Amino acid sequence: MGLFTRIHPANLISPANPRTRASHEPAWVRVALVTAGLLVIGLFLIVPLVAVFINALRDGLGTYWNAITAPDARSALWLTLITAGIAVPLNTVFGVAAAWCIGKFEFRGKRLLVTLIDLPFSVSPVVSGLVYVLLFGSQGVLGPWLRAHDIHIIFALPGIVLATTFVTFPFVARELLPVMQSSGNEEEEAAIMLGARGFTTFWRITLPKVKWGLIYGIILCNARAFGEFGAVSVVSGHVRGLTNTLPLHIEILYNDYQTAAAFAVASLLALLALVTLAIKSWIEWRAHLAAVEQQSVTHAPPGGNAP
Amino acid sequence: MPILLKERSILPGFSLSLGYTMLYLSLIVLIPLSALVWKTAELSWHDFLVAVTSKRVLASYYLSFGAAAVAGAVNVVAGLLIAWVLVRYRFPGRRIIDGLIDLPFALPTAVAGITLCTLYAPNGWLGGAFAHGGAIGSWFPATGWAAEHLYTPENRELGGIKIAYAPLGITIALVFIGLPFVVRTVQPVLENLGPEMEEAAASLGAGRLRTFATVIWPEIWPAVATGFALSFARGVGEYGSVVFIAGNQPMKTEITPLLIITKLEQYDYAGATAIAVMMLLLSFVMLLAIGLLQRFSRLKGV
Repeated sequence: MGLFTRIHPANLISPANPRTRASHEPAWVRVALVTAGLLVIGLFLIVPLVAVFINALRDGLGTYWNAITAPDARSALWLTLITAGIAVPLNTVFGVAAAWCIGKFEFRGKRLLVTLIDLPFSVSPVVSGLVYVLLFGSQGVLGPWLRAHDIHIIFALPGIVLATTFVTFPFVARELLPVMQSSGNEEEEAAIMLGARGFTTFWRITLPKVKWGLIYGIILCNARAFGEFGAVSVVSGHVRGLTNTLPLHIEILYNDYQTAAAFAVASLLALLALVTLAIKSWIEWRAHLAAVEQQSVTHAPPGGNAP
Repeated sequence: MPILLKERSILPGFSLSLGYTMLYLSLIVLIPLSALVWKTAELSWHDFLVAVTSKRVLASYYLSFGAAAVAGAVNVVAGLLIAWVLVRYRFPGRRIIDGLIDLPFALPTAVAGITLCTLYAPNGWLGGAFAHGGAIGSWFPATGWAAEHLYTPENRELGGIKIAYAPLGITIALVFIGLPFVVRTVQPVLENLGPEMEEAAASLGAGRLRTFATVIWPEIWPAVATGFALSFARGVGEYGSVVFIAGNQPMKTEITPLLIITKLEQYDYAGATAIAVMMLLLSFVMLLAIGLLQRFSRLKGV
């Protein structure tokens, strides 16, 4: 079985773990599997990604520029920035608090709390928007009171912010929690025993340890806040220039058959997605390097790929 | 410590952080979700049943659940393949591919929606090839087995395969959205699989296929099942990436989340709420299933 590999040692596709030859597939199987995997990725991920940019530029740079600088597009961008600017910090503060109490302490009901924090992930975006309409809409639980006091939540900025906050609720907590748990309590306990105040301990000891998990959570939260469509579309009311976020603006342009303009605005969000993925990969690469470095400092070179 | 039994710790800030967590969780998630239950309680049992079992609603469940299940199954195969290739082999561009897997998470659903619709529309790059008279579509004439079983009524007259504005297009959008779930749940489990068991299997004379079936698969199936459940749950509730490609014809290509919006726009709050409660119940069932799967795989020590 291994014979074929030995004849062609300079294969482009090599096994990840060259030491254990017994558990290798023959080279043709490897080539076939990698080709099939790349075909799936090409068809389902790369073609759509490329299509966004080609469609955005198909009517030329002028159309592209006009589409992204049109007044409606600018007000949509502004609204999206405000929304993310409120929702992301709110969820970041929550994420830090939740990760601190869940990651550093043992208490009853912890499992249930983690499940509840994950809840918005498993709720359909449309349902997420709907619950706020049922709460604050004219027919809603608080509707009559809000109308009496002339407060507008649904079809206005507060509704959009609330729906976005709901949908992006778990991101920071979710990414921060495992890092907080695995970083251990010993250093914090030492700092407290030496007389450091709680906030100082968090700022000087905990934050540097969990920094990358926090940044990771924030960029994921931000990407979703910029791109949320279903929940926002239920609560926004689609008032042009007033309650349209970027994704809703894209929908309107697309349904107006202004395809190139829709893709021009979409390409901005696609760029944001690519930047998000790049930062994410970079953070993972750093974590990987740090782990390898630590391993080579404390141990002899690792034997297999098992930890 | 009076209500929640907490283990002793010298670290500060427990009551403050837990209190804030509970307050914020209640304000943003729990109270709004309870409004859903509140509104449903205003309905009589009979009205509720009528609202969630009308013909149009049943057709939308059939479509949403069916498309999400098929997409989940496709993602199990494609996701397992990609996870395997990324973990087991080294090839040029592997790191970039690995980073790109999360694209469906990061790309706004509306962008995915208009892109997939443009690609798979009858005049699009991919849809054109499958449409009547296209490179692949011409292999599917208007008569014969495929026409009997696979086509939508329009295709039965024309031939070719219609992707956008048909259930097939919805399924493709859900495959796009759900693919990272399977890859990202299977990948770490495959990475942590030590080589010893496989070496033992090989030294006992098992081929690679047999080793996979008897040694690797029993270790990874809970992760695969979790990936399927996540992909399925996301697919049933998905709106943005599907609504453009779906076609949105009542009884034919109308997904359940869109039906909620339609009812809302017709001021049928009771109907929208009833369907939403059904979807929320499904979310809870899926959460429970995923929790059980994870507990099961933890017991196995994977």
